[in-house]
Amino acid sequence: MSDRLGLPTTSTAARPATGGTLPAALLQSGTSSFTDFASSVAPNVLPGGRSPLESTGAGYADLAPHGTTIVAATFPGGVVVAGDRRATMGNMIAQRDIEKVYPSDEFSIIGIAGSAGIAVEMVRLFQLELEHYEKIEGAPLSLVGKANRLATMIRQNLGLAMQGLVVVPLFAGWDLAREEGRIFSYDATGGRYEEQAFFSVGSGSVFARGSLKKLYRQNLTDTEAATAVIQALYDASDDDSATGGPDLTRRIFPIVMTATADGVQRVADDQIADLVDQVVAARMQRPDGPGAPLL
Amino acid sequence: MPFYVAPEQQMKDRADFARKGIARGRSVVVLRYAHGIVFVAENRSQALHKVSEIYDRIGFAAVGRYNEFENLRTAGIRYADLRGYSYDRTDVTGRGLANAYAQLLGTIFSSGGEKPYEVEIVVAELGVDPEGDQIYRLTYDGSVADEDSYLVMGGSAETIAETIRGGYRPDMDLAAATRLAVDALATDGGPKSAPRELGGEALEVAILDRTRALPRKFRRIKGSRLTDLLAEGTVPSDPGPEPPPAHAPDPVPGTELGQHQE
Repeated sequence: MSDRLGLPTTSTAARPATGGTLPAALLQSGTSSFTDFASSVAPNVLPGGRSPLESTGAGYADLAPHGTTIVAATFPGGVVVAGDRRATMGNMIAQRDIEKVYPSDEFSIIGIAGSAGIAVEMVRLFQLELEHYEKIEGAPLSLVGKANRLATMIRQNLGLAMQGLVVVPLFAGWDLAREEGRIFSYDATGGRYEEQAFFSVGSGSVFARGSLKKLYRQNLTDTEAATAVIQALYDASDDDSATGGPDLTRRIFPIVMTATADGVQRVADDQIADLVDQVVAARMQRPDGPGAPLL
Repeated sequence: MPFYVAPEQQMKDRADFARKGIARGRSVVVLRYAHGIVFVAENRSQALHKVSEIYDRIGFAAVGRYNEFENLRTAGIRYADLRGYSYDRTDVTGRGLANAYAQLLGTIFSSGGEKPYEVEIVVAELGVDPEGDQIYRLTYDGSVADEDSYLVMGGSAETIAETIRGGYRPDMDLAAATRLAVDALATDGGPKSAPRELGGEALEVAILDRTRALPRKFRRIKGSRLTDLLAEGTVPSDPGPEPPPAHAPDPVPGTELGQHQE
């Protein structure tokens, strides 16, 4: 393909397609991946195109707000993902109504913990990546394909992660082929691990996971699964200062989404409010939450 | 030894060449109806689409040589996605895309080096309200026309457009608009020959649906829903139950739990 449009076709064309015409690179056959395409045409718009910071030995973790706890649990008809609403910068609460759980496409959900700015950018790119593939190919990626694609994106962030700007997503979705909800976790190097039954990430994840261990059962309904993850977030906020509990005065409650055979849906705010009120009412009686039998 | 060919002759030859290529294919109808824009193509292939989604509110339809318009379609998706990612989703407009296509087709048409594209394409953008709807027709030479309510491209475009002109009303519902488009496609032999039988399996139908709650307004209508829609014909109706959302960056809030108790 020549540069008959007067535009260079190599990666030196480091600009978005903003002119009145289609650069020749847009016409080249090849990738169905938006990231691969953008990195050859306009690498400057991608998060990975940013040059790593000068290493001074100090971390940059306090440069930007941090998102905290995300929990996910499967139930027979799908998977539920919930996130608290707090973002912190050091010991300050940066935002009390941040959203950290997003639908990544029709059948999958991504929740993010870690450096908020980079995480939000990663989510936006990931959503676009899945949509772009689907539009070009005429069919969506498989759930594992999506999970692997996310792993690649995390790997590309490794340079920043080593300086403290870590992003740790939790990915979950409805697997159309296997007809079940599945959960995938990641480490900062892009390692992808499939989790069974339930999982959590972020600063309060240890407490949330401990809580879910006692609450989780294989045969939960979607409402029960949503209640269980809300309980887990409550326990996380109980012991981790960076995780926000339900804000009863402002009525700011966790975001809960489900992925089922019907697609991704965000649970209605008033229904979450109901569940939270029940959880809080029960905690008035027993502040540590429901007790599990000893044997 | 090169001969001198007058520019007029050269352009005419190239236009004839492109027109001939386009006329060989089956036609596509794009129609505005009460709640959106409907694309109806005669296409027996389930895999090779003539109609597709470019962006939230932008649809694409084409006739002519498949590999050429497929290339344009991919370029359009890349253009839109890159622009939407660099700026914002609302900054991707049908007008911008139509301009970009026009530049490209025009440049190829008038450059002596390669053959012109044997395609005719439509970029349709769904407005927030009906007045905002835009339908752009782009031809092989890069000229752009802004169509008001409907357009026909392909082999027997004139004959088909004639039928639509007779039955078109801007306030048609989806079933009536689709029926009109299909009937018009079936009478492409002209008034003298009997209309052909066009069932759901021979059609590719998609809509940009203003009533859809999700940001991505494009959806295909196929299988039993298409058969039902065609059967409804002139009876006013809604488009029928919507399948799971194709993609939901902002899911519709308000979902109730308790529907998956097993």
